[in-house]
Amino acid sequence: MTDAAVSRRRRRREVNPLEYLKRPWMWLALLGCFVFLYFPIVTLVAFSFNSYKRAFVWKGFSLIWYEKAMNNASLHEAFINSMHVAAVSTVVSTALGAMLGLALYRYWFPWKGTYEGIIHLPIVIPEICMAVAMVTFFWAVGIDLSLTTVIVSHIAFTIPFVAVVIRARMAGFDVSLEEASRDLGASEWQTFWHVTFPYMIPGLVAGALMSFVLSLDDFVITFFTAGVGDNTFPVKIYSMLRFSVTPEVNAASTVLIVITLSLTLVAMIMQSRWTKGPKE
Amino acid sequence: MTDAKPIISIRNVTKNFGRVTAVDNVSIDVMPGEFFALLGPSGCGKTTLLRMLAGFETASEGEIEIDGQPMLGVSPNKRPVNMVFQSYAVFPHMTVFDNVAYGLKVTGVPKNEITGQVEEALALVHLEDYGRRKPDQLSGGQRQRVALARALVKKPKVLLLDEPLSALDAKLREAMRLELVRLQHSVGITFVIVTHDQDEALSMADRAAVMDRGVVRQIAPPDELYEHPNSLFVADFIGKVNMMEAKVAGQSDGDLLVEIKGMGRIAVPYAGAATGDIGVAVRPEKTVLSVEKPAEGAIALKGKVSDVAYYGSESNIMLDTETGVQFISTVQNDARHSGLSVAIGDDLWISWAPGNTLVLAE
Repeated sequence: MTDAAVSRRRRRREVNPLEYLKRPWMWLALLGCFVFLYFPIVTLVAFSFNSYKRAFVWKGFSLIWYEKAMNNASLHEAFINSMHVAAVSTVVSTALGAMLGLALYRYWFPWKGTYEGIIHLPIVIPEICMAVAMVTFFWAVGIDLSLTTVIVSHIAFTIPFVAVVIRARMAGFDVSLEEASRDLGASEWQTFWHVTFPYMIPGLVAGALMSFVLSLDDFVITFFTAGVGDNTFPVKIYSMLRFSVTPEVNAASTVLIVITLSLTLVAMIMQSRWTKGPKE
Repeated sequence: MTDAKPIISIRNVTKNFGRVTAVDNVSIDVMPGEFFALLGPSGCGKTTLLRMLAGFETASEGEIEIDGQPMLGVSPNKRPVNMVFQSYAVFPHMTVFDNVAYGLKVTGVPKNEITGQVEEALALVHLEDYGRRKPDQLSGGQRQRVALARALVKKPKVLLLDEPLSALDAKLREAMRLELVRLQHSVGITFVIVTHDQDEALSMADRAAVMDRGVVRQIAPPDELYEHPNSLFVADFIGKVNMMEAKVAGQSDGDLLVEIKGMGRIAVPYAGAATGDIGVAVRPEKTVLSVEKPAEGAIALKGKVSDVAYYGSESNIMLDTETGVQFISTVQNDARHSGLSVAIGDDLWISWAPGNTLVLAE
């Protein structure tokens, strides 16, 4: 019997090098990671449903803090401001970033490499530096800080994200599609709208959602470039925290999380629907 | 053919990419209704030439006329030609129907005419029932048919095909060759095909231009390219040859006297004029192997069999000859037990009729 039986038994106990989930310690490490990453967020959300006014003592479920946050006029206003800023800056930066990404994909010009490096600067430089740079620029030029300056700043720092996404998308583009379009009698403009643009859409959606979420979340740059009394949602939450830590802040933050998550979800669904490309 | 005007006239066209000359002073006339092949190894400039016809590249020098119109400065969308791309370039986000309709829509053909024309074009390539499919639901061969229909629906004066069969598997390729020839006969459009595959060019084209490093070496019908190549390059690119170095020793009524290295003076029928060092060659299948010395009149060499390669329908027998040159002879295995059984090490005679000798003057 037995050689075969023995080796079969041994094989059952053996864990393949890539079967990580069959190792108990791996589960522990995984659990540790999840706790570290998500415990704070889960508690934040959980305590937004607390009925007690101290943030960290659970007394029972209620929606009272959501109601309070809803009726908080200045929080409401901050939310509208945030949406306004995010919407306008997303539209502008998606358009400009897409053009930039397309230009970088398509054309060669002197110093292109250097220019490409510089474009990534807003992504890599510390946000605080970007904020200071923007605010000193506005002072130097003599523009009063307002929501408009916030929008301009948000456009400036979200453009590169869009450009990078579009550029990556275009790397997989078959240029002969454009040539085929021209060959079939289409003008350059028709070719762009009928052939190139549809191909860019998943990248545009991804880039737009990215810049929307970045703008909605942004604290540092907004804090510096906003005029007096022009609060956005994150800035307002911060100022609420300084006065009192009530679950109202939790409720407001939870709303922000839900918005961000659902936008990301929409982006992912759209992505997967569009990229169901040719299965070769 | 002489009185007809060429549909494509390429006059002394040169194309430089920086310091690289991709196409070097090429002149070709293609006649209406012809199936013309641009044949050559990769990098010989055949695709560049095709792209100049389509308008994607501009000639550095020379002129291109299509249907009597000079093409200088005419953009691709204004040319009476359409192209089938090597990658097919079928628009992935459109259905098969929309792909074929695209060229009509963008040029403002009325909607009620489009449907009929598209259906006609799809029927031509046997894709009648595929109109609503997306390209990712099609096989490679079907996608190519879409590309063909999309180009043909425009009723071009010339259809350009860039390596159309290279992405298909061997069996499908064979079938598509016949299909393309059938298609060309039924639509009566001039086809210009680019290929690196000599079999493809020989089996489909009415005439082919053999290109080498940007230069056209020979333009001729397939049988002439094979039976009367003008240069070693053409002879070698299209089929196999046994090469011999030779010197022209004189001329006598229709024959060329050549002094072949190690074989002495031989008279070869040759119409043209040649002097100095030339190449002389013979196709492997035009040689005969025998144990006994062949009769007078044939060109004969003695050799020892060094290798036998069996291909089923035929065998290639390699012979080390007394002149030091290796010869290949192709033997048809047309009977189950052929008369001559060859083993490595056998001493055999290889011979051929003088008329089968190729004189390669260039």
